[in-house]
Amino acid sequence: MKEIPQVEALLEAMCAELRDFLASQARQDPLVVGIRTGGVWVAEGVRSRLGVADPMGELNINFYRDDFTRIGLHPQVQPSMLPFDVDGRHVLLVDDVLHTGRTIRAAMNEIFDYGRPASITLAVLVERSGRELPIRADVAGTRLSLRPQDHIKLTGPEPLALEFKQAR
Amino acid sequence: MNLQLTEDGRLRHFLTIEGLDRPLLTRILDTAESFVGVGERAVKKVPLLRGKTIANLFFEPSTRTRSTFELAAKRLSADLLNLSVSASATRKGESLMDTLRNLEAMQCEMFVVRHEASGAAHYIASHVAPHVSVINAGDGRHAHPTQAMLDMFTIRRHKERFEHLKVAIVGDLMHSRVARSQIHALSILGVPEIRVVAPRTLIPPFIENMGVHVYTRLNRGLKDVDVVIMLRLQHERMDSGLLPSEHEYFRYYGLTEERLAVADDNVIVMHPGPMNRGVEIDSDVADGPHSVILQQVTYGIAIRMAVMSMCLGNPPAVEGGEG
Amino acid sequence: MGTSIRGGWVVDPANGIDEQLDIHVEDGVIVGLGPSPANFEVEREYHVDGNVVCPGLIELRASLREPGQEHKATIASESRAAVRGGITTLCCTPDTDPVVDTPAVVELIHQRAGAVACARVEVQGALTQGLEGSRLSQMGALRDAGCIGVSNAYRVMENTEVVRRAMEYAATFGLTILLFPEDPWLAQDHAAHEGAVGTRLGLPGLAETAETITLARDLLLVEASGVRAHICGLSTARGVEMVAQARARGLPVTADVALPNLFLTEMDVTDFNSACKVRPPLRTQRDREALRQGVHEGTIATLCSAHQPHEPDAKQAPFTEAAPGISGLETLLVLTLRLVDEGLLTLQQAISRVTYEPARVFGLEAGTLSPGRPADICVFDPERHWMLTRERLWSEGRNTPFIGWEFKGEVTHTFVGGRLVYHLEDA
Repeated sequence: MKEIPQVEALLEAMCAELRDFLASQARQDPLVVGIRTGGVWVAEGVRSRLGVADPMGELNINFYRDDFTRIGLHPQVQPSMLPFDVDGRHVLLVDDVLHTGRTIRAAMNEIFDYGRPASITLAVLVERSGRELPIRADVAGTRLSLRPQDHIKLTGPEPLALEFKQAR
Repeated sequence: MNLQLTEDGRLRHFLTIEGLDRPLLTRILDTAESFVGVGERAVKKVPLLRGKTIANLFFEPSTRTRSTFELAAKRLSADLLNLSVSASATRKGESLMDTLRNLEAMQCEMFVVRHEASGAAHYIASHVAPHVSVINAGDGRHAHPTQAMLDMFTIRRHKERFEHLKVAIVGDLMHSRVARSQIHALSILGVPEIRVVAPRTLIPPFIENMGVHVYTRLNRGLKDVDVVIMLRLQHERMDSGLLPSEHEYFRYYGLTEERLAVADDNVIVMHPGPMNRGVEIDSDVADGPHSVILQQVTYGIAIRMAVMSMCLGNPPAVEGGEG
Repeated sequence: MGTSIRGGWVVDPANGIDEQLDIHVEDGVIVGLGPSPANFEVEREYHVDGNVVCPGLIELRASLREPGQEHKATIASESRAAVRGGITTLCCTPDTDPVVDTPAVVELIHQRAGAVACARVEVQGALTQGLEGSRLSQMGALRDAGCIGVSNAYRVMENTEVVRRAMEYAATFGLTILLFPEDPWLAQDHAAHEGAVGTRLGLPGLAETAETITLARDLLLVEASGVRAHICGLSTARGVEMVAQARARGLPVTADVALPNLFLTEMDVTDFNSACKVRPPLRTQRDREALRQGVHEGTIATLCSAHQPHEPDAKQAPFTEAAPGISGLETLLVLTLRLVDEGLLTLQQAISRVTYEPARVFGLEAGTLSPGRPADICVFDPERHWMLTRERLWSEGRNTPFIGWEFKGEVTHTFVGGRLVYHLEDA
């Protein structure tokens, strides 16, 4: 990896692409839903840039993880909060890094337990390699090809920065 | 008392509050907090315990407690087996063990146990296979930890902090497993003043050793308290010579609006249910502005979901994993 | 043709002997201590240098479970466990099924014990018919059939009039009456001592007064009737005080304590350990100290194990539903010796409390090494350490809270009527 991208720049790029994408799909007045914790920070940036009037939704996918039997319940569980009705609405699901796809699967399952959205759009800051499920981002700030043992992580909330850990 | 914890201090069984520490109780409350929201959604279910089997093992009838455990299990997507076993049929330990072995053979991962004998849940927990967790849903006069935790949850929702509270527990402390668990929970969570109020026949000896102040007069016991917990008075207490009549009990220990006036202005009134209106509590109070009794029921499901998922979320080998 | 036990350190409290001596036995009877008597022909010799030689122990209160409860234990199994623990006389309680209220049952027990030919078994007759506490048993016939005393076992008599008449009737036949002080009304569905631990665990409590009220009643009736009485299983400080006062007034009263009550307290019940469920219950530290003081001063002149063997299922239950009682024959000697190590008793006093004193309660011949008495002898190695394990027990009842305890002192030889009935293999 050459250099770590700036989060601000990625957010800008991401939102520009998002506007085009939403317009092309005729998905109006989206509800922004971030996945805890990094996804919520990104979602806040997206919501203000897109000028969304509805409040933010926050998902904690802990109860939907597929590795509960392997690692148990995460110690600090902050509850999910979707302060709106998702029925028939376009949901804009935001996360920081898309890696295996398992988090997104869990998040989509949870959204459907709140109601039946008209559509879900997935926007991520970083789409990296290593998918284990047939899931892809509709919009990504950047797309990176990384080795399985490398990690990229968003730190925040102030300032937001990407942290890259390269395994030797 | 380490029976209920794993080697690294996580919850394996939930048998009694005694011996647990404040961080763990706080974690149960925090976890329950996130489950409250689940009950308010369109689909009141999370897939957390999908594929797990939980057996409700009730040796003593209790529709209410059993239902909340049942609902909690179902909201966690677990499979549930309801077994009502009459205690007389299992009077011999032999057949109790047989029942347990049978359930283990059905691959149950959790037993929720209600039994008339104090210590029954401990007994069962010390005899189950290593992969089975036991939750005590009330054993004799000993403990009813999930009820106590839902009471703590209710208190925290209304009072936020425990460190400045005065709490009065009123009624049949002698026979109450709920009260014993509440006293442990309140003191572990840091409540500085716990009072128990009852006639002497209903106060077990040496209860002061549990860190409570004993009052025999209701108006003194209720003075300035922030929380009043009423206990159910069983009709049998009249037959066993502990009290003369329900009427007299209500006259001296029944909670009325008038008596509640000496408590703090923002006092909350709780009751583990089912209530005997006109015996330990007046309807005006039970349905009045200070009552949080119905909320307790709602929170009971969240607390049980929290305890169930914490107990079952203890994999044998701990390894990291991130999606 | 005689047997000599040579080189042992002889402790015979009745005769104040505490020195190294040889013991000579002929025809089942002790014929001399020290140099061999004239015309004594030695057939067998046992060299027990370094070991203690004392009278065989007497267990005051053993439930042998036969007839009627052979799934718990049998006379055969418990007799063997007894001699392994240095006990040569078992005084069995009448709570068998059928109860010992007819000469036939006494005969049956004697017959079984005779067939086993191990420890002696003496029988306590029932005080009331069927132990039901309402009609007097045939105490005369029971005495003539060989009963050494009368008792209502753990079945407490509610009716004071019956207690009074039973005492008078027992006195008529010169029988010692054994009394278990527990008020039946205060003891309803009790499981543990009524105290801080019981309250915390929600175990229905047995108050101190359950013991003292009945004790007070019984002591007053003993005084009025003049019967020779023995109080079983004191458990409270107050109870010890009352017995001491009664003895000071000259009442013909003795008392025992079950050894577990001298070592354990209510605290041992903390994790609902059903092995610690006993009757009377384990009480407070203060009670335990008072009981020990009573043993030290002699108010409690006899120690016993209150042997209650149970099948595993009886204890495999939640605490309140588990059967009370401890299987104690194999720890009678070692727990008593522990009191010596802890400085409560001298070795002579300790041995006396499990030999001579219990013999006196019933007027038994056993319990001393006097020439002319039956050669019931226990030899033990006082320095040998061993650990109690479930597998090690010979009693059918494996119900003891002392599993895992390390003990000092192990029986190497037990003689009953001069016959070697137990010998530790590698001693």
